Amino acid sequence: MEQFTGKVWVLDDDIDTDIIIPTEYLAMKTIEEMRQYAFSPLRPELASKITSGDILVAGKNFGCGSSREQAPEVVKALGIRCVIAKSFARIFFRNAINNGLLLIEQPDLHDRIKEGDTITVTVNQAIEAGGKQYPITSLPGNLVEIIEAGGLVKAMRRRNGRI
Amino acid sequence: MGQTIIEKIIAHNLGVQSVKPGEIVTVNVDWVMLDDIMIPFIVDKFHEMGFTKVWDPDKAVLIYDHLVPASQQDDTRHYRTGDAFAKECGLTHVHRSDGICHQLMTEAGYVKPGDVVFGTDSHTTTYGCVGAFSTGIGYTEMAAILGTGTLWVKVPETIKVVIEGTLPEGVMSKDIILRLIGDLGADGATYRALEFSGSAIEQMSISSRMAMANMAIEAGAKCAAFTPDEKTAEYCEIELDEFQKGLKGDADARYMKILVYKAEDFVPVMACPSQVDKIRPVEELKGTRIDQVFIGSCTNGRLEDLQAAAKVLEGKKVAPFVKLIVNPASRKIYREALACGVLKTLIEAGAIVTHPGCGLCCGRTGGILCDGQRVVATNNRNFLGRMGTAKTEIYLASPMTAAACAVAGEIAVAVD
Repeated sequence: MEQFTGKVWVLDDDIDTDIIIPTEYLAMKTIEEMRQYAFSPLRPELASKITSGDILVAGKNFGCGSSREQAPEVVKALGIRCVIAKSFARIFFRNAINNGLLLIEQPDLHDRIKEGDTITVTVNQAIEAGGKQYPITSLPGNLVEIIEAGGLVKAMRRRNGRI
Repeated sequence: MGQTIIEKIIAHNLGVQSVKPGEIVTVNVDWVMLDDIMIPFIVDKFHEMGFTKVWDPDKAVLIYDHLVPASQQDDTRHYRTGDAFAKECGLTHVHRSDGICHQLMTEAGYVKPGDVVFGTDSHTTTYGCVGAFSTGIGYTEMAAILGTGTLWVKVPETIKVVIEGTLPEGVMSKDIILRLIGDLGADGATYRALEFSGSAIEQMSISSRMAMANMAIEAGAKCAAFTPDEKTAEYCEIELDEFQKGLKGDADARYMKILVYKAEDFVPVMACPSQVDKIRPVEELKGTRIDQVFIGSCTNGRLEDLQAAAKVLEGKKVAPFVKLIVNPASRKIYREALACGVLKTLIEAGAIVTHPGCGLCCGRTGGILCDGQRVVATNNRNFLGRMGTAKTEIYLASPMTAAACAVAGEIAVAVD
């Protein structure tokens, strides 16, 4: 079972896509240019502090708002290993899966950890934080297929005989 | 077992008798809407996936609205990319400056009752106003649809909202949807369909239904559904067939929840900064000084919205320190508002009338605000930083309330 450990950044409920990446930066040519502005309306310093392998933990309804796929893309580009939230908004959820960004729903973790803590995630099984285990469920089969293909682009390349 | 509107649309699309909530199915797409912000990303993904042809070029509608007219030099790259893609794949429906995508998809005659539609913008839920199943997706999924004509969806559970009676004077459909978002919470309908019925809904114009369907996403909903009726048929310039006439929730359909409201109980409300579900009666906010008023967008930029504002502003003047910005949702609405004298009334009251487009609503152009400024706006989101800086305060309201605020220079009720 895949397992990883990382330092957490903690955000609250209803982190919307305008916070994750404001509209004014959406028309930049690349996600690499955009990522420095991630979370800027709420925490302008955050993007520069996140290092590869860090984990984002949030409250309910993470990613609500717009359909902008730049949102999960900038989160991934910052090096965030996975996002753990009480719940995710629907379009953000699909977009993240299609880009191979791991999302985990866990109702209790957010209220019991603080920023800077280190946690260990065992995919499809549990999260270990502060000596306590938090159970997590696995994804539906059709989504696992997309993730296993390496995202929707790769799944389509395979369909079209390009891989 | 009966079915909800959305279940009927999905079953019809699949050619089966019925579907159940939670089932994962692959639907055949009737229309896709591609907008200008996302087009370069869609085109990149489409090519990266190895596609060379759009499954049906007549079913794709490309609309330039977020970046029209350009406010940054690089915006024109989006038009060039879109035009080149339209040429490459033979897309026939391209709107380069006709209005906001969610207005044009029904106004220009594309979406009809019972259609399955996806768009690269979250407010694609709007087309539920004519009884279509429509929702927003990202650019990677759009690229996959362009290549295959299909997309997987999970059949959503449905929340039924029944509103009986007649709305009080000064209350618009915007006040209903804001109140509902407040009652459900910003995630209260996540993954679910919102189905509207009742005598107040039957009395409503298509424009009023559009404002509600548009904001269904603000409660997290996957889609909104209104039963197509004579008004829908007239608006879509069609005669409803048997399938379309049958698009109503059955009495024995499975609903996750049924919410019943009396129309007479609604009052003018606002969504306060910076959450769409932070709803308060306008009465309680009276006297809060404001700097700007915005009437327009895909939520409330239709003729009836401009008429409602004009009725409040007739013979009055906007407060001298307030900028009132009016933004018709399409060229057609702009022309109609000009012809019937509504624009004249608004301009004489002191309004700035801008071009149809998404500019101010998404904080890109046309009246963005600075730290400490306060705006009353008729669009759909008051997220932190959306129409200016993170220290701009956005209050969402109906066009009537917004117009009353513009005159008072502070939060005010239209019918006191």
